[in-house]
Amino acid sequence: MAFNEDNWLLRVRNLTKIYGEPNERTLDLTGPEFGSNICPETESIVACANISFDLYPGEVLGIVGESGSGKSTVVKMLYFDLEKTFGAAWLKPYNNGLLDILKESNQRKRYIRNNLMGMVYQNPRDGLNFGFSSGGNIAEKLIMAGQMNVANIRERASDLLNKTEVPVQRMDNRPGTFSGGMQQRVQISKAIANNPPLLFLDEVTTGLDVSVQAKVLDLIRELQTYLGIAMIVVSHDLSVIRMLTDRVMVMKNGRIVESGLTDQILQDPQHEYSQLLVSSLL
Amino acid sequence: MIENTKYTNKYNFAFIDEATKKEIRRKLLKAVAIPGHQVPYSSPEMPISRGWGTGGLHITLAVIGREDVFKIIDQGSDASVNACNLREFVNGMTGCKITFDTAEATLIQTRHRITEEELTDKQIIVFQVPLPEPLRMVERYEYKTLQMHAEADYAKMYVSLYESYVRHGAIMQGAGYPVMVNGRYIMSPSPIPRWDTPNLNQAQTLFLFGAGREKRLYAVPPFTDVEPLEFEDVNFEIEDFSKSECYKTGYKKAFLDEIYSDEGERKFVISDSNFLDKKTEKQETHQYSNKYIDQLQEYGL
Repeated sequence: MAFNEDNWLLRVRNLTKIYGEPNERTLDLTGPEFGSNICPETESIVACANISFDLYPGEVLGIVGESGSGKSTVVKMLYFDLEKTFGAAWLKPYNNGLLDILKESNQRKRYIRNNLMGMVYQNPRDGLNFGFSSGGNIAEKLIMAGQMNVANIRERASDLLNKTEVPVQRMDNRPGTFSGGMQQRVQISKAIANNPPLLFLDEVTTGLDVSVQAKVLDLIRELQTYLGIAMIVVSHDLSVIRMLTDRVMVMKNGRIVESGLTDQILQDPQHEYSQLLVSSLL
Repeated sequence: MIENTKYTNKYNFAFIDEATKKEIRRKLLKAVAIPGHQVPYSSPEMPISRGWGTGGLHITLAVIGREDVFKIIDQGSDASVNACNLREFVNGMTGCKITFDTAEATLIQTRHRITEEELTDKQIIVFQVPLPEPLRMVERYEYKTLQMHAEADYAKMYVSLYESYVRHGAIMQGAGYPVMVNGRYIMSPSPIPRWDTPNLNQAQTLFLFGAGREKRLYAVPPFTDVEPLEFEDVNFEIEDFSKSECYKTGYKKAFLDEIYSDEGERKFVISDSNFLDKKTEKQETHQYSNKYIDQLQEYGL
């Protein structure tokens, strides 16, 4: 398929999150050039400001930056975990991208979350319900999408667990009895249960040991190849970014300081913060 | 004013003052208007502790009139302690006629059962509810359950049924099986057995539910759809009494209590005591209300 500018999947414009009460100079007095997210006049905190980008179908976009730079905030606002302060986002499969999804009602947002998006959190406890079995967790997503047949639910759940290499005989065990890597795989199964076109990965491999990290990354790359899901990968780990993403945005103090093709940015970083990041990798 | 009670001069008719009754009635109207929706109410102080049937008692006292014939059961029995105490209280405060006969009663208060005899459109049944929130078992926070009800976000409830099916091979919710009312709200029908749950569907009777401790009222108006939650291939089932029968009457088509004799022998008996009396043709129990009032007067009440 030829690349087409109008063929975007997710379009985000001026996405901003501010905690506290800002004044009109708040955005001008914060950012990487001041080295701070906190407005000196109002003491409001700018978690992220003026984030704009387009994501194309099947593309993997990385967001990289130090902790506190606002990477997770961006993804959480797009997944409706946090309320935006300003900004708009459009999703192509939802009403052909005509409506701002951040302005929709809670019911519509829930529909979008369940059918058109998936999220994998750093901590499996955020994405999974530890009171339910792993099969039950996947069932929750399927039931929300209107699947009311237990036999079909179980078939789909075992299919998904197979795909993510979780032993199917442990489908009826609670995720609390699983290892960290397996919990993360169950979370991935749950996230892709309804075949969403878009998946958010928020620091998925942080907290796993290196060999398990490699397996989970392999799995994500495989899913991306076979299912063609577009992804936004948030990480502070440049090797994860290098392995998974096509394009990357570097964030600092709530702003995008540089964005471009991953190879290009890792080979030839222009902004001094990107240079620092890349040099501290090796 | 009522002549035959000793409280006549000391308390308002039906104990609760008129302003509070009005408040409860208004909340009941709201509950009837939105079937299955839980309406918060004041839950005024009563001379019994919250959690011992105050919710049912509030509704009973708010709707009872001088002409009403009152019956109260506890787990199907007219004679258990909770029923006796509340009956004595209602009788003492209103002087209304008391009956054990389901067909004669116009207002029935109940704990954990619906009467076996089919109820008519002239009757109201009031439930004492311990836990009004059906979503509590899947969601511990009140603000979240409120939001789930508001948005009809009930997937978690179905997941808990799925979990029960996966773990036990059947949905193991024995009492208080969650129901969908009028296609909109999930409601806890109070801990009635699954046997009674289908009786709520398209019934002629008005069902009122009161939870005094939790301060919530809700209602199922007559001729409302009440469907137990189920999956396409895993269905709601009532208790199976095909292999057991009432040891007194041999009757099978009623909810049976499991009891043990002193010798340890396992037996079943019809749970609804008035229904059992009718099956065994003990007509004298129908006169009990008069005897009861005589007895009260004997005690100086």
